[in-house]
Amino acid sequence: MNEALTAETVMMKGHDGDQLEAYLARPDGVESFGGVVMIHHLPGYDSSTKEMARKFAAHGYAALIPNLYYRDSPGASPDDAAAAARAKGGVPDEQVVGDVAGAAAYLRDLPGSNGKIGVIGHCSGGRQAFLAACSLPFDAAVDCYGGAVVRVPEGAPASFKPLIGLSKNLSCPLLGLFGADDQFPTPAETAELSATLEEFSKPHEFHTFPGAGHAFFSVDRPSYRVEAAVDGWEKIWAFFGKRLAGKA
Amino acid sequence: MCTYSTEHVPATGSGKGPDGWFRLREVSVYFDHPAHAVADHTLNIDFINPVQGPSARVAVELTAQTARDLARAIESALGAAPPGLA
Repeated sequence: MNEALTAETVMMKGHDGDQLEAYLARPDGVESFGGVVMIHHLPGYDSSTKEMARKFAAHGYAALIPNLYYRDSPGASPDDAAAAARAKGGVPDEQVVGDVAGAAAYLRDLPGSNGKIGVIGHCSGGRQAFLAACSLPFDAAVDCYGGAVVRVPEGAPASFKPLIGLSKNLSCPLLGLFGADDQFPTPAETAELSATLEEFSKPHEFHTFPGAGHAFFSVDRPSYRVEAAVDGWEKIWAFFGKRLAGKA
Repeated sequence: MCTYSTEHVPATGSGKGPDGWFRLREVSVYFDHPAHAVADHTLNIDFINPVQGPSARVAVELTAQTARDLARAIESALGAAPPGLA
């Protein structure tokens, strides 16, 4: 693997055929590659999420981040767009699913795609990765400390529902990466989710890292935990490597 | 975590954003991840005018202690105003 890549801003079709901006990073000099839809977190379509997309491309995957806030804030800076979305009460789950479906279709249509598509998200994006994997066909899904899957935090908008009831619809194997010190989700909640997935015979692999709390992958925040993050990335490469890599 | 909860305050006043002064319509207040501050969570305040678009925004991200000190200072400044002014 030479880690060469191309990254650019593209336009794609999202929910209801809406045109959305998206960030695409794809490997150069690779004959065939899998695709990863990356769902940005609530603070927006930001630099740290784009940096992760480039990491996926360096590891041989095409990664696409749909800008979930684009339709209401085209051309706005990611933080202004996130603030505007928040002021409006957030983005409906149905719209997120439609945008993720559009991103998956875009990746499948790329020349060189092997047709295998995964989805990943962190924090609120982790919740939405689970939502997408329970709503759409995927080959693999990764939920990094997605809160509000089992229980919705106090004060959340009334439209915001827990997702554990969708577990029976999970379309693909799920990798869950969580922090033992996290309160959103707590280890008890992720254990409950694991038990529910067991009940429906849904393949999943959950890891809870000691000494890590929420957002341990975030290199630009005090919550970063190097051991958990390095180990977590290795688990992602192994998990996606088995399910998304290779020829069509 | 992303906290999802937001306090919305209708606003009358002005704010100075990247393109100069603008009339405020609303203030969003929430405790969540910051975009810039070096902290896991901050008390974020967006002074906005949605009619003028997402860039009509004055944003601050404050530590919880700073936010509490600010809330006290606002009350204190209002309380210290001469009778009938505030």
